[in-house]
Amino acid sequence: MSATPDGGPSHQESRPARVHRSLGTTLAPYLFVLPAMCIVVVFVFIAALNTFRLAFTDSTLLKPGKFVGLQNFVELFHDEYFLTALLNSTLYVVCVVPFMVILPLILANLVAGNSRVMGFFRTSFYTPVVMSAVVVGMIWSNLLDPKGLVNSLLESLHISKEPIPFLSDRWLILFSSMFVTIWLGLGYYMVIYLTALANIDDSLYEAAELDGAGPIRQFVSVTMPGVRSTMLLILMLSTIAAFRVFNEVYVLTNSTAGPGAQDITMSMLIQREGTGIMARTGYASAISLVVLVIVGAMLILQSVVERWVGGDNA
Amino acid sequence: MHRNKITVGKVVQYTILILMFLLLVGPFVWEISLALKGPGDNVYAVPPYLVPKTPTLENFKQVFRQVPIMHYVLNTLIVACISIVGNVALSTMAGYALGRLKWKGRDTIFTILMLTMVIPVEGIIISQFLIIKSIHLQNTLLGIALPGLVGAINIILMTNAFKSIPKELEEAAQMDGANVWQQFFHICVPQVKGTMTVVGIFAFVGAWNDFLWPLIVISDEKNYTLTIGLNRLKGMFIQDPRLIAAGAIVSLLPIVIFFACFQKYFFQGLEQGGIKE
Repeated sequence: MSATPDGGPSHQESRPARVHRSLGTTLAPYLFVLPAMCIVVVFVFIAALNTFRLAFTDSTLLKPGKFVGLQNFVELFHDEYFLTALLNSTLYVVCVVPFMVILPLILANLVAGNSRVMGFFRTSFYTPVVMSAVVVGMIWSNLLDPKGLVNSLLESLHISKEPIPFLSDRWLILFSSMFVTIWLGLGYYMVIYLTALANIDDSLYEAAELDGAGPIRQFVSVTMPGVRSTMLLILMLSTIAAFRVFNEVYVLTNSTAGPGAQDITMSMLIQREGTGIMARTGYASAISLVVLVIVGAMLILQSVVERWVGGDNA
Repeated sequence: MHRNKITVGKVVQYTILILMFLLLVGPFVWEISLALKGPGDNVYAVPPYLVPKTPTLENFKQVFRQVPIMHYVLNTLIVACISIVGNVALSTMAGYALGRLKWKGRDTIFTILMLTMVIPVEGIIISQFLIIKSIHLQNTLLGIALPGLVGAINIILMTNAFKSIPKELEEAAQMDGANVWQQFFHICVPQVKGTMTVVGIFAFVGAWNDFLWPLIVISDEKNYTLTIGLNRLKGMFIQDPRLIAAGAIVSLLPIVIFFACFQKYFFQGLEQGGIKE
């Protein structure tokens, strides 16, 4: 543990000059963290406890409700929308995460270096990250429209004769949203990888080159092992983000969650059940609790795997 | 890397980079072209063409006429300002106590704050709304900003920043009899201005782009933020891609300019954000 300057000197000298700290000095640390702690306690801890409590009640926005045991959870597993949402959010994870872990790493490799050109590519790849998913969703709804740019390009290249229903087919909507998610996230994970890549010892590449390893071979046997704990971090971050997806699907389906709400995700279901004048806050909290438990399980799994794999080699 | 002459590798590298560039930037170029296309243009032409035949600014005027975009921007800016001030102030104070002072319970508090980072907001968002409602802040801009006033990642950033200040600076001040508060304001805070800027910038981008939470909190149109307003615009103008494009451009411009001005802080923030460890 590193000694802080405040406490440090008094440990080293047997009789420090200022033994009597004023009350203000003793209380100071607590006063400094108090405002932040207030917000966190109210909006995270009390909210989390309340979610847990509500999940076992039949409360709505208008009435506090009473304890109903596991009834909400029994209902959940008979609720078609819940099962669809669970399927969609899980599919989202399965399809999006591999791209999020691999593509940004390849990109980071390609744009590493100090040249101006690479700096330009880095900045332009990162730019979409600062954009809101709503606006990006609007842009892609324009592009993926039956008569939009993507379809007219495909038609003029004679790849497809009929417009592809990217925004009206149950599965294509989901895949289109996944594409937008990947498109939005690439730059962010790329920058995380860039920091990790900078820590790989150059001599490893030189050694590999001497052994006659080509670029692909070097990528697999030097780069990937070198950034394995970062890959794990991104695996975790992108898994949780994909499971929580809301904006992209909401915007691409015009808030309808697709035909017959078949493209609903867990977060969309929470928003649907838990808001509005008819909100079933108890039931929505039960869904929320399922999300919390699943994400918690992912985090535990990740930390177990991380201990097993170990850190990036320096 | 290790490539200096034109090799196959380099050709492949640049081909991929240029394709990625087109994929990431192309959509914006197309939206700008759409937004500038007038009634004489066929926006659905096969094959598509980029340069408008009858360029016009009418689409932008129409968006401003039909949707109170400036009002939404103003609302968003108010939320963003509250969020910036709150995040910078609260995380700087907490970061100072956690990174610079020694006190009982410090490690516990730090762990508690870290825990909040892994709780997905969707899991507690309905309860957050009920809390906001119970203090009668539903449908207010303050209600949007309040739960986001503290970000665990910002506190980590500030804690690390305070930890890296050389001890000698403070020791000298202590000799001169400066108390904790004076040390905080006069010695430490000036040293971490860069990180405070990073925190402020991320708070701004977060507030500017937030969607689900304002969607839940706000029911009255006069308190719409830009993202909710735009989502509504998309529903209204679904028949005319030109207007959707114009709306998208109008709302993207500020954040892209903001990014261009502060990009060094963005990269700095990501590098410091505990990711490097």
